[in-house]
Amino acid sequence: MKKLVKEDIHPKIIQRLLSSETEISFDDALENEMVLNMGPQHPATHGVLRLVLRLDGETVVACVPELGYLHRGYEKMAENMTYYEFIPHTDRLDYLSPPANNVAFVLACEKLAGLEAPVRANYIRMLVAELTRMGSHLVAIGALAMDVGALTVFLWTLREREKILDLFDIICGARFTTSYTRIGGVAFDVTDEALKLTKNFIDQFEEKIDEIEKLLNSNKIFISRLEGVGVVSAEDAINLGLTGPLLRGSGVEHDLRRATPYLFYNEMDFNVPTYKEGDCLARYFVRCDELRESAKIILQVMDKMPKGEIILNSPKKVLPKKTEIYSKMEELIHDFMIVNYGINPPAGEIYSAVENPKGELGFYIVSKGEGHPWRLKIRSPSFVNLQSLPKLVVGHMLSDVVAIIGSIDPIMGEADK
Amino acid sequence: MIFEFFADLLGSQILSAIIIAALPLVFIILYVLLANWLERKVSAHMQDRLGPMRVGWHGWLQPIADMIKILQKEDIVAKDADRKLFSAAPVLVFVGCYAAFAAIPFSSAFVGADLELGLLYILAVSSIVVAGILMAGWASNNKYALIGAVRSAAQIISYEIPTVFIILCIIIVSGTLNLTTLSEQQSGTFLNWYILGGDVEGWKKFALIPFMFIGFIVMYISSVAESNRTPFDLPEAESELVAGYHTEYSGMKFAMYLFAEYANMFVVSALVVAMFLGGYQSPFGYVGDLINVPWLIPIEQFFWFTVKGLFFVFVQMWLRWTLPRLRVDQLMALCWKYLIPIAFVNLLIISFLMIL
Repeated sequence: MKKLVKEDIHPKIIQRLLSSETEISFDDALENEMVLNMGPQHPATHGVLRLVLRLDGETVVACVPELGYLHRGYEKMAENMTYYEFIPHTDRLDYLSPPANNVAFVLACEKLAGLEAPVRANYIRMLVAELTRMGSHLVAIGALAMDVGALTVFLWTLREREKILDLFDIICGARFTTSYTRIGGVAFDVTDEALKLTKNFIDQFEEKIDEIEKLLNSNKIFISRLEGVGVVSAEDAINLGLTGPLLRGSGVEHDLRRATPYLFYNEMDFNVPTYKEGDCLARYFVRCDELRESAKIILQVMDKMPKGEIILNSPKKVLPKKTEIYSKMEELIHDFMIVNYGINPPAGEIYSAVENPKGELGFYIVSKGEGHPWRLKIRSPSFVNLQSLPKLVVGHMLSDVVAIIGSIDPIMGEADK
Repeated sequence: MIFEFFADLLGSQILSAIIIAALPLVFIILYVLLANWLERKVSAHMQDRLGPMRVGWHGWLQPIADMIKILQKEDIVAKDADRKLFSAAPVLVFVGCYAAFAAIPFSSAFVGADLELGLLYILAVSSIVVAGILMAGWASNNKYALIGAVRSAAQIISYEIPTVFIILCIIIVSGTLNLTTLSEQQSGTFLNWYILGGDVEGWKKFALIPFMFIGFIVMYISSVAESNRTPFDLPEAESELVAGYHTEYSGMKFAMYLFAEYANMFVVSALVVAMFLGGYQSPFGYVGDLINVPWLIPIEQFFWFTVKGLFFVFVQMWLRWTLPRLRVDQLMALCWKYLIPIAFVNLLIISFLMIL
């Protein structure tokens, strides 16, 4: 292998390395700032987030997040694969909520190709998306509690999430990387048995979340660790482009399920919880409330879910059923064409966004009429939310940094893409 | 007492001293194995888990298996670490906890050294722990370890003040610093325990009860803080500082910290028990007295002391798995704004009561 020489490195990078202030000098007796490298291997950075902190004692003077340790180049990879092939990759974006990512991506594809999934399929998509939201928020609450030191809550919330994963096992056929949705529908129908199990889960869920809240909400240490920490005002939140619980925790009532209804959210009766404080505690409360709202939505979805087809009958765009491929010539040809050349949506560009557990997950797709996207841009909520971190942590203590990261709840798979 | 027994038996004072010094070590090892298993089980059952189940009945051999594992681990010293200090620190931390066992009266027959200034001695030797932790933090040449060590030093030194105030309360009421005498004064039933006013006569006993109770609570909180357990485990706060001052340690050196932590948990519990809850005295009287077997009494006393001590160790575990961690400024605020004033006023009131 050729050894790297100075000329190989981009001058910009060299300049940045030279100008970064990582030198510590002790010329002045009162000069007591320390540069602390936090991560990428650190128990509280939720994956491989790296923070470089400048500390004055325990107080944070400056913070520089370093992203990209989990960069897999998904946006570029998408340009070399068909739309169908990209669905499993969306599982790996926000790896705590794969079904919601699947839903977001196929909605974008359908918008691009001008398709409309059957009603039942859309209801099923809502069902899995809301279950995902619950699972993701449970992890967020548990991880936040663990970051401030309450380990037991984490295990309790994971126990509840485990039940959701078991439901996914029954509904989607996989617990974690579900790849459940298809362009024009979903992969499998939801059985009545699965709906019954979901109902049972929702029925006992209220009690469990009360239990978790009882342990945290009345705990003075927990409250004082989060109250007034990492405050972001409504104006700042909008300017930073924050979405999801962060934005609603700052008092802005913005939820894409309400603002630009997709699927059948406009038919659902649910509240958008908002808190004015904008601190970590408010974000925690928003997540707790959203858990209850999601449970409410799931009950309504199950009530209203009609019988019928789960996948669109559109041979040029939607994969035919497996049984038909083996028995009918036409279906075999379509299957071959879709798998090998893709669905060839008309040339154009669209932006489609949904409210994911972490915030607004958007897909900007440019098509040249080919089987694979010409450009696919992922607007991932964790990436955008993370840019508020340097603003939030300055002036707080080292212990608050982990609480703030926990309340932002970034998922590096999504932030690094 | 036990010293004379062994000296007579072996005819050598030195041998006797060595045996007596080794006995607490045996106790610590057995106790750490038990406490380690208990901690896993307590945490597991609080978190809807089962904890270790495979090794032995309900996993009771798990700590032994872990000990064997940890003995085989490579002993890593980081390249830029200060080797001498790095190796000395865990020993020093353990010595601080172990030395405290010398003055703890396990029963009327078994106390390593029956010191007149037992309470003061325990306070003094526990301070060695701070030195050990600071050494570990500095020698590791690691920023997390350094922050953890500095936190620990600030914390332990601060929380010694309310502890000393409460010890002063006990001294005023009991008139002694000797832990054995303190336990003897609380003999009889649990009504004579200092938490219930001790053996003070008349109305003063009842007037003392609330203040003794406050003293007990303050003492317990500050002693939990001194042993660096949650909610005061900032020096090793795993979500912030990875592992605090023992981030760089591995193998047996790491195990020394583990031993020291559990030993320390027992020392602070034993101190609370000896001061407020009758020490080794039984709450109801002795079976040995009842059936007239005098040699049974010290064994019963050992049993009661261990049970009381383990109960408070259990409470510490209970707290650990329930409560979040305080922040540094909140930790200091709790000490300087609440515990110290309360302890000080408590001291004033108790001294006033005892003068009357």
